[in-house]
Amino acid sequence: MGAPAMSKTITIDGKNVPFSDGQTIMDAALAAGVYIPHLCHNPQFEPHGSCKLCVVSVNGRNMTSCTMPAAEDMVVANNTPELNSDRKALVQMLFVEGNHICPACEASGNCQLQAAAYYLDMLSPHYTHFYQPRAVDASHPEIFLDLNRCILCELCVRASREVDGKNVFGISGRGIGTRLVVNAASGRLGDTNFAATDKAAHVCPTGAILIKRQGYRIPIGQRTFDHKNISEVQMEPDHE
Amino acid sequence: MEPHEFPQIEQQLAPVFERHGREAHWLLQILREAQEIFHFIPSAAITCIAAHLGVPRTRVEGVAGFYSFLSLKPVGEYRVLFSDNVTDQMQGNPELMRYFCHKLWLEPGKVSEDNLLSVDSTSCTGMCDQGPAALVNGWPLTNLDHERLDLIAELIRGRKPVCDWPPMLFEVKDNIRRSGTLLGEPFASGAAIRATLARSSAATLLEMEASGLRGRGGAGFSVARKWSMCRVSPGEKHYIVCNADEGEPGTFKDRVLLNSYADLVCEGMTVGARIIGATKGFLYLRGEYCYLLHKLEQALAQRRVAGLLGRNILGETGFDFDIEIHLGAGAYICGEESALIESLEGKRGRPRNRPPFPVTHGYLDQPTVVDNVETLACAARIAAQGGEWFAAMGTAQSSGSKILSIAGDCARPGIYEYPFGVTLHEILDDCGAEDPYAVQVSGPSGILVSSKEFGRCISFEDLPTAGAFTVFKRGRDLLQIVQNFVHFFAHESCGFCTPCRVGTQLQKKIVDKIANGHGTAYDLEELKQLGHIMQTMSHCGLGHTAPNPVLDMLKKFPDAYQHKLKDLAFEPAFDLDGALETARNITGRDDAWAHLP
Ligand SMILES: Cc1cc2nc3c(=O)[nH]c(=O)nc-3n(C[C@H](O)[C@H](O)[C@H](O)COP(=O)(O)O)c2cc1C
Ligand code: SF4
Ligand code: SF4
Ligand code: FES
Ligand code: FES
Repeated sequence: MGAPAMSKTITIDGKNVPFSDGQTIMDAALAAGVYIPHLCHNPQFEPHGSCKLCVVSVNGRNMTSCTMPAAEDMVVANNTPELNSDRKALVQMLFVEGNHICPACEASGNCQLQAAAYYLDMLSPHYTHFYQPRAVDASHPEIFLDLNRCILCELCVRASREVDGKNVFGISGRGIGTRLVVNAASGRLGDTNFAATDKAAHVCPTGAILIKRQGYRIPIGQRTFDHKNISEVQMEPDHE
Repeated sequence: MEPHEFPQIEQQLAPVFERHGREAHWLLQILREAQEIFHFIPSAAITCIAAHLGVPRTRVEGVAGFYSFLSLKPVGEYRVLFSDNVTDQMQGNPELMRYFCHKLWLEPGKVSEDNLLSVDSTSCTGMCDQGPAALVNGWPLTNLDHERLDLIAELIRGRKPVCDWPPMLFEVKDNIRRSGTLLGEPFASGAAIRATLARSSAATLLEMEASGLRGRGGAGFSVARKWSMCRVSPGEKHYIVCNADEGEPGTFKDRVLLNSYADLVCEGMTVGARIIGATKGFLYLRGEYCYLLHKLEQALAQRRVAGLLGRNILGETGFDFDIEIHLGAGAYICGEESALIESLEGKRGRPRNRPPFPVTHGYLDQPTVVDNVETLACAARIAAQGGEWFAAMGTAQSSGSKILSIAGDCARPGIYEYPFGVTLHEILDDCGAEDPYAVQVSGPSGILVSSKEFGRCISFEDLPTAGAFTVFKRGRDLLQIVQNFVHFFAHESCGFCTPCRVGTQLQKKIVDKIANGHGTAYDLEELKQLGHIMQTMSHCGLGHTAPNPVLDMLKKFPDAYQHKLKDLAFEPAFDLDGALETARNITGRDDAWAHLP
């Protein structure tokens, strides 16, 4: 194919990948059809850099590909057994931190956390479950917020701020006490101006934000990740 | 009236708003004062502050929930926080805290029924040379013992305002035991600024270069390089920030510099400001040191009178520079320079994605230099006395001297200044360490050194340090010490990235499991794997260094944990007897029958 001779390139796992100034390693990779696992990144919003699934090795040093600007002469290792095993450990950490009862979850089959776990060959949570008590908020007439499944990716925070212009969501607490909060003195989603038509209602990678009365409309077995790999789905433009 | 109802909240907050205006970067300072008024941050205050600043409520709640000294639930009118640094622990703080709670019929972490008092623990308060220590409503209590706690209990019962307590309770000594050029030689205020103006900024930058001065806050970056990068970065305004967060447990040398050498530090900032072209500087003072605020404000005022701060400094037309002090509120991560900048902007102390670096995009996205207190003091000396003089001290890659904060098992804890290159043997002799067995160099994030390595020396090429030097004698339970460190990291993780937020918790659980006698060889492998993930996948230095003490112990001190391990290959993390703890608490039982055999 060959990019124009003038354009700048990096290599990812030996493949030449062109980039333009201002693009991150992730941007360049996705544009070139190279998959780097990611959970907190969605090209529609400002990069965030918190889940760390997208960490790659650049000239021997680990870097967060969704926030790191691409630069000439970067030699990037991505799809290596070492990195994938570390990524699997991160997904396991997210599983034990929250309360993910996949068989009982309406998002099962549509959940990117679950799909990332499949992609990375995760067979068990490995670590001890934290069983943190977390709240379920059903106060909104159209939307459930189940913090048991929140992985703190802040996609809803960004979507509400950047696209909906509403700031319905925010982050409070610290360390393991970090938690999603909503913009209401009562702390209840029903007391915010959140709407089911908001962008933020459709970006959650897990089942933490669910539209009510949609449950099991698409039967298990026919859902997104039941017949496609996360590496295919996340490469589609405007996936949700 | 319920403590949760605040009909007058707007009137109560009005003077705070008056002092700070409507800029959102004052949010943390506003919240600190709200905490003082209400003894927590009521939901109504969050709504009111958000409306005043014109920011979403979530922004205010986010900040209020991040810092340890702010609290979303009521704490007592008197809030006593015992320092849980490892040296305070060795000096008996856990027992003292139990004694105090027992005396006042209180449970740690709970508020007394009359809302008068609450007692809890807090990360190192920087008084390791005069512990056991605590904070009462932010004021440091030193040299605690039963007698003093009896007195304190009486003062609280009598509702005496903290400002009227006997001053001896709050006495903080410098304890300078050994001084070199930085601490020992006289310094005439203004000398460094005069020399800088005389020889030009460019020439002074060359002196910094010649001095070889490297940052004293831990990373050891060249000061000349940092300052030149910032100097040439385009921006509307440039800023210089003095990092006085000093959160690394066991470090207290910046406390002494700020108490007795503030002039030298301010002078370093002013020289730096001249070189990078800043008109405004910030001193980010950790919340634990708020007792120094008044004295520092006075030092700044004196410098303004002397023409060393303000407009046209020393008569130089257009050389305008002033310093503002911002207080932290209990967050170790805010010592990390980009988290510090976020905090200065009134946000959660969450480290930024880099690049861009602060030298190009720092405070309010403008070019910013962040330097440690000691670095700035060195810079003032160099500006006054030249770079060569400084470079003549120390070793090839580590010029000058280093101030150590020495504490733990030694006869003379305190502040020691040495030229770089000094060996641990020499230091241990000087501070009167009895039968030393291990030294934690540079705090929990640093290196755990065994007695076989006491020939090693303090320097960037061998044992780099931000200043902490904690001595442990033979017979100390190293596993317990490491347990203290991993609890610290789990408590201080900012929670942004997965490997550190979850990893520090897992690490804590496994070390606790081993310390409780339930560990196996399998758990050691788990710790190594976790350490690897945190070191290589974390977002910032906190996560990168959090496994250091564990990995050092595994490698160098097998005796510390081997005897604790079970002879099995694997033992479940679930602890049956531990699960009965809640039931025991509810029923108030702790007898043999309330435990599994
Ligand atoms: C978790 C963490 C905590 C830190 N705490 C401090 C601190 O309390 N004081 C300090 O000067 N530097 C601290 N640093 C280092 C700063 O990020 C930064 O490197 C330093 O302030 C630069 O100043 P220097 O070049 O003068 O050393 C910390 C770094 C990390 C990762
Ligand atoms: S609710 Fe969903 S989108 Fe929002 S932070 Fe949690 S996991 Fe991410
Ligand atoms: S490494 Fe820890 S402290 Fe640093 S960003 Fe991640 S969670 Fe926060
Ligand atoms: S995708 Fe890059 S850190 Fe989450
Ligand atoms: S399947 Fe429900 S959160 Fe992943």
